[in-house]
Amino acid sequence: MKPEVLLGDEAVALAAIHSGLSAAYSYPGTPASEILEYLLRLPAEKRGCTAAWSVNEKTAYEEALGASFAGRRAMVSMKHVGLNVAADPFMNSALTGAEGGLLVVAADDPGMHSSQNEQDSRYYADFARIFCFEPSGHQEAYDMTREAFDFSEKFDIPIMLRLTTRISHSRSVVVPREPRTQNPLRLGRWQDWTLLPSNARRRFQQLLKRQRELLAASEASAFNALTLNPSDRGLGVIATGIAWNYVQENLRGLASTPSLLKIGTYPAPESLIRRLVDHVDRVLVAEEGYPLVERMLRGLYGVPGKTVLGRMSGELPASGELTPDHIRSALSMNPLAHYEAGERPLAERPPQLCAGCPHTDTLKALNEALRDRPGSNVFSDIGCYTLGALPPLNAIQTCVCMGASISMAHGGSDAGIRPSVAVIGDSTFGHSGITSLLSAARADTDMTAFILDNGTVAMTGGQTSHATGPGLLKIIEGVGVPPEHIRVIEPLPKHHERNVRIIREELDHKGLSVIVAVRECVTYSSKRRG
Amino acid sequence: MEGRSADKQDIILAGVGGQGILSIAYVIDRAALDEGLHLRQAEVHGMAQRGGAVQSHLRLSSGTIFSDLIPRGGADMILSVEPLEALRYLDSLAPTGVVVSSSTPYRNIADYPDLGNVLERLRRVPRHVIADSEKLAKEAGSSRAQNIVMLGAASPFLILKEDSLLRHIENLFKPRGANLVDINIKALRLGRAAAGV
Repeated sequence: MKPEVLLGDEAVALAAIHSGLSAAYSYPGTPASEILEYLLRLPAEKRGCTAAWSVNEKTAYEEALGASFAGRRAMVSMKHVGLNVAADPFMNSALTGAEGGLLVVAADDPGMHSSQNEQDSRYYADFARIFCFEPSGHQEAYDMTREAFDFSEKFDIPIMLRLTTRISHSRSVVVPREPRTQNPLRLGRWQDWTLLPSNARRRFQQLLKRQRELLAASEASAFNALTLNPSDRGLGVIATGIAWNYVQENLRGLASTPSLLKIGTYPAPESLIRRLVDHVDRVLVAEEGYPLVERMLRGLYGVPGKTVLGRMSGELPASGELTPDHIRSALSMNPLAHYEAGERPLAERPPQLCAGCPHTDTLKALNEALRDRPGSNVFSDIGCYTLGALPPLNAIQTCVCMGASISMAHGGSDAGIRPSVAVIGDSTFGHSGITSLLSAARADTDMTAFILDNGTVAMTGGQTSHATGPGLLKIIEGVGVPPEHIRVIEPLPKHHERNVRIIREELDHKGLSVIVAVRECVTYSSKRRG
Repeated sequence: MEGRSADKQDIILAGVGGQGILSIAYVIDRAALDEGLHLRQAEVHGMAQRGGAVQSHLRLSSGTIFSDLIPRGGADMILSVEPLEALRYLDSLAPTGVVVSSSTPYRNIADYPDLGNVLERLRRVPRHVIADSEKLAKEAGSSRAQNIVMLGAASPFLILKEDSLLRHIENLFKPRGANLVDINIKALRLGRAAAGV
């Protein structure tokens, strides 16, 4: 088929369709959003399957699991921290197994370009004892996705595809292969899918027995490659995923090519690792993310007579995204000559709220209402408004995980903070704030929650929000917030005085209040979208 | 013309979120594909796009390209729609590389440095092209075409034919109307003339 220039995310989406995908679910999150966006952009007849934004990653996972139970091939994609939200169905689906192929795509963000941590999803695959693919490039992302669906059905487990930012958001050429047709409807066996203790114990034993087969599949996989240099027993290099590219980039500058092991599948291919380590004195382990293979190699007693180099020994940085320069240095090569640009540092240009953003007006009004209340704290959440923590607004004091603003304000209020304020966006509220608000409503906690309703998921590119408009107000009322303490404001400079007054009234109320700030996102408004 | 004999070109595209550097990348990518080159292009999405510094590593080669990221000292060109952003990546430039930058500042930060000093530092690079992208884009018909002006200013140094670039500017802007196609083609030509090569 014709070669195409695709983002890594898009290569995965296209491969999923070509694998006979029947349903895809996701929640927006950088760097995973473009997987589902690619499917949604396709004309319906080319897509040929369900593709939908879910309310959160847990619902997305369960929707995909339901489609798999029905014998269809399903994909669920999310950013790395999204898998924390979906961890419950994820872990248990390793026991239910997959009737139709089930692919879990976790896109990690080492270096935290757009995330609150840089956790490594390969540990989740290991935790659940399932098989994981990690591509080093775009063609592999396509090919691994195709193979993952087959593996899922062959081994009766969900399969993880682990991406990292530089694969997800890099473009390159992919040559697709002939598509496969979709599976017919075929329900799973209830004895396997009903995880009563008696069934769960049996299914766990089956999963444990399967480990030997998974390891054998990994050791036989064409995505792993061992090349021993018979005339050099000094250095060996193990590189996983995208780190393989950075090693390759630097090889031509070395006098002698080290023995090399490329790893693209997990459980890590143990016999290949042993053959490499047996052949050399020193092993450099290059991994994008946490030192999973390096730690496995070191174990408690190390490898007698061998030196292991990597993120744990300091040859590579302990955190952050790898670069070709890091690998160059770890290979003891001199840095490339470069233009000397002179004085540093330069003025930084951090991301900021767009001109005319409704969040700015809401946070300005909140700042003014809180000015004469020194004991206050504003707990916030994940979204564009998190940028309100930076100057000039300096308006929020926490950002932890999706939905945490309301529950943390609840706990903060219980601990004595007055006023205790939460600031959360409409989509984040739908994702994980509703249950927190239900809890605060039951306790009638003395706190004020702001829900910033801009009608979209703005930070990730304007995807569908599920808790916006009149429906949002019904949810707030439905969880038990007293109607007289649900206030709607329109965040505009011309309403500033009135908004400050309304906010003060609700801060004064000794119980739960919700202030909904309603104004469309200036960047992704329906008018601009057309 | 300079650079034409090379079989690889590593470019760092820079600018501020919203200035359209991914459109520059789109045109170069498609042109490179037409000319049978391999390409890799690493982008920044998500939070950083909100008015922050954005960059894209774009690598073209007639041979295999391994890394998505350009090593420090490996860039043959810095192509920036904003002068402070050009300065930010100068350390990545090869000693023989060329910097192609707009002289029009995007001042959305309080501590934007002295513009004269920024431009002076860019002019110190032995091979440089500094173009007034705002003026030229307005002359072409829209101040939003500054990105394509800068692509034009870089075009004499690219290992790509001007015709391939023009074809994909047309493909990119055609869905948004014939007028925008004309404006951007004019922007490319004005930028190219400004390079004075």
